[in-house]
Amino acid sequence: MENVVSEQQSKSPDTGTDTRRAEGPKVEGDVVFALSNVNVFYGAFRAVRDVNLQIHEQEITAFIGPSGCGKTTVLRCLNRMNDLIAIARVEGDLRYHGMDLYANGVDAVEVRRRIGMVFQKPNPFPKSIYDNVAYGPRITGMVKKKKGGDLDDIVENALRKAAIWDEAKDRLDSSALGMSGGQQQRLCIARAIATNPDVLLMDEPCSALDPIATAHIEDLMQQIKSEYSIVIVTHNMQQAARVSDRTAFFSVEVNPDSDTRTGVLVEYDHTDRIFSNPADPRTESYVTGRFG
Amino acid sequence: MAIVTVGDVARKNAQTLQGAGRDVGGTIFRIAVAGTLYVSLLIIGVLIFDVLFDGWDQLSTRLGGFLSGTLRSRSIDDKLGVHQGLYGSFWIAAFVAIIAFPTGIAAAIYLEEYANQNRTTRFIELAIRNLSGVPSVVYGLLGLFLFVEKNTILGFIGLGWLVDLTGGPTPISAGLTLAILVLPIVIITSQEAIRAVPSGLKEGAYGVGATKSEMIRTQVLPYAAPGILTGTLLSMSRAIGEAAPLILIGAISGGLTANPSFVDVTALQDRFTALPILIVTWVSQRGRDEGFATAAAAAIVVLLVVVLLLNMTAILLRNRFEKKRG
Ligand SMILES: Nc1ncnc2c1ncn2[C@@H]1O[C@H](COP(=O)(O)OP(=O)(O)OP(=O)(O)O)[C@@H](O)[C@H]1O
Ligand SMILES: [Mg+2]
Repeated sequence: MENVVSEQQSKSPDTGTDTRRAEGPKVEGDVVFALSNVNVFYGAFRAVRDVNLQIHEQEITAFIGPSGCGKTTVLRCLNRMNDLIAIARVEGDLRYHGMDLYANGVDAVEVRRRIGMVFQKPNPFPKSIYDNVAYGPRITGMVKKKKGGDLDDIVENALRKAAIWDEAKDRLDSSALGMSGGQQQRLCIARAIATNPDVLLMDEPCSALDPIATAHIEDLMQQIKSEYSIVIVTHNMQQAARVSDRTAFFSVEVNPDSDTRTGVLVEYDHTDRIFSNPADPRTESYVTGRFG
Repeated sequence: MAIVTVGDVARKNAQTLQGAGRDVGGTIFRIAVAGTLYVSLLIIGVLIFDVLFDGWDQLSTRLGGFLSGTLRSRSIDDKLGVHQGLYGSFWIAAFVAIIAFPTGIAAAIYLEEYANQNRTTRFIELAIRNLSGVPSVVYGLLGLFLFVEKNTILGFIGLGWLVDLTGGPTPISAGLTLAILVLPIVIITSQEAIRAVPSGLKEGAYGVGATKSEMIRTQVLPYAAPGILTGTLLSMSRAIGEAAPLILIGAISGGLTANPSFVDVTALQDRFTALPILIVTWVSQRGRDEGFATAAAAAIVVLLVVVLLLNMTAILLRNRFEKKRG
C-alpha cells in the first residue's frame, strides 16, 4: 500500500497539464483528487448527489455553500473519514493521484496519514499541548524517541506554522483543554500538520478565530500550499475569495417526493470566475449575498 | 392612549426581576431531595454506631487477636477471630480482580468498538443486562454445579475437569463463581464509560492516522478509565459482601481448623470460609452463646472497613485519572 501511493505521487505530469500551462500565466498542478459521480448516503438518505470534481496539487480549493448542503460530507469522503460513521455509504469513483480510494485493500489508516484533517469543531485531546502536537508523529513512528530532540523541533515547527507558538511556548506541558476555543482550533491545525501530510483538509478552520488569527492561518495556507494541497470549507465568502485558487459551490435540492434535502455541486471553477462571473444564477445570488 | 415603546416594555419587565424565592415548588422539591439524603445518611450512621457499640468489647480489648483468630465453638476464647474469613475474602477478591476485570473490560471494548450493531450483538447485550439482575443464589447454584459437584449434567457434557481444577468446595470455586457473578456488572459499567468517550477525540486520533487499536489505547481507555475503575471496584465490594452463593458452594461455618496466612496458596485447595459467612454463622449462634453477638458485630465492622477502604481507593484512583484526563 505504502509503495503504491508514493509511486502514484511521483508519476509524471500528464500531457493535458502541459498544454494548459502553455496557455495562461496560471501554473496548474497535477490532479490530486478526481471525483466522478460521487453520491453519499446516510442510511437511506442521500446527502449529496452526483459530485464531479477535480482538485489540483499545490492549490487551495474552497468549498462554499449553505448549511447542510454536504460540504463536510464530501470533505470527509476524501480521507475516508466517513468509514467511521456506520450508516454512511459512499458511491461513485474517488481517485487520489489516480488511485481508487475506495478500492478493496486500500488501508484507510494509510490514507489518513497522507491526508490530514482539521475538524469543524475543535477537538484537542485531553493531554498536554506538547502531547497533542506530538500525537501524530509518535503514532505514525515519524520519530524514534518519545520526547526531546527531533520531536521538540517538529512540535515547535507545527505550532509556529499554526500561529500558536507564542501563546503556547510557555505552557507546553499544561492541558490543551485550558486553551480558548480559537487557540484550540489552531492547536488542532498544528496537530494536523505535525505529521507532514500531503493534503490538508480543513473544515471551517477559522470559524472560531478572530481576524488576526484568521489572517495568520490564511498566511500559513499560502505558505504551505507549495508543499501541500489544501481543501478548505468556509462560510466566509471573503475568505474563499482571498485564499482559494478554485471554489466549489454546493447547494441543496429539495426532493419533491420525500421532502428531504440533497446536496449538489452547482458550480466549480477558478475562484475569480466564481466570484466575478459565475455561470449559474444560483452561484451568483449566493456569492452576492442574496441567498444563503 | 400613549404610545408604548419597546423601551417602556423592557423597563416594566425589568421590575419583575425581583422575584427570587418565589419558586415554591422548587423549594419544596429541594427540601424533599435533601431530606431523603439526610435520612439515608442518618440510617447508615445509626447502623455503624450500632455495630461499633455491639462489637466494641471485641474490638477494644483484643483487636489483634480478633483479626488473627479463627472460628471457635465458644465465644469466650482467646483464639476466636476472623482471620480465616479474611483469607477467604481476600482470595475471592483476588480471583474477581484477575478474572472478571480483564474479561469484562475486554468484552466491553469489543461490544462498543468492534462488534457490528446487528441482532446478535443486541441479543448479547440484552442477555448481559438480564444476567446482572439474576439473584446471587442462582449464581451459587451455577458455581456448585460447575466447580464443586462432579456428577451433574455439566459433568456429563464434559466440564468435569473444572472440578478437578478447583478441588471442590474451595476458595478457587468461590472466587470463580463470584467472578462470574460480577462479570455482567463490570461489562455494563465499562461499556457505559466507553460510550461516553466523545466522538471528536476518536475522529481526532483517526484524523492523524491512528489505527483502531492505537485509538482505543491512547484515547478510549484513558478517557474511560475513571468510569471503568469506579464500576469495577464497586463490583468488587459486591463480591466481597455476598454470602448466599458461598453457602451453596460449601463455605464452612464451623470446625475449620486450618488458619493459613494470606500468601499460603496451598490452602486454596482446602475448604474455606469468608467474612459474610462468619457473620451469618455467629449471628445464628448468639441464641446458644450470647458472646457471639459481639463477635458478629465486630466482624461486620471489619467487613465494613474493608469495603470502605476499597471504595476510597476507587475514589482516589478515579480522581487521579480524572486529573490526568484534564
Ligand atoms: N452522521 C450523520 N448521520 C446522518 N446524517 C448526517 C450525518 N452527518 C451529516 N448528515 C446529513 O447530511 C447532510 C449534509 O451535512 P453536512 O454536515 O455535510 O453539511 P455541511 O454543508 O457541512 O453543513 P454546515 O455548513 O452546517 O457544516 C445534512 O442534511 C445532514 O443532516
Ligand atoms: Mg460542515
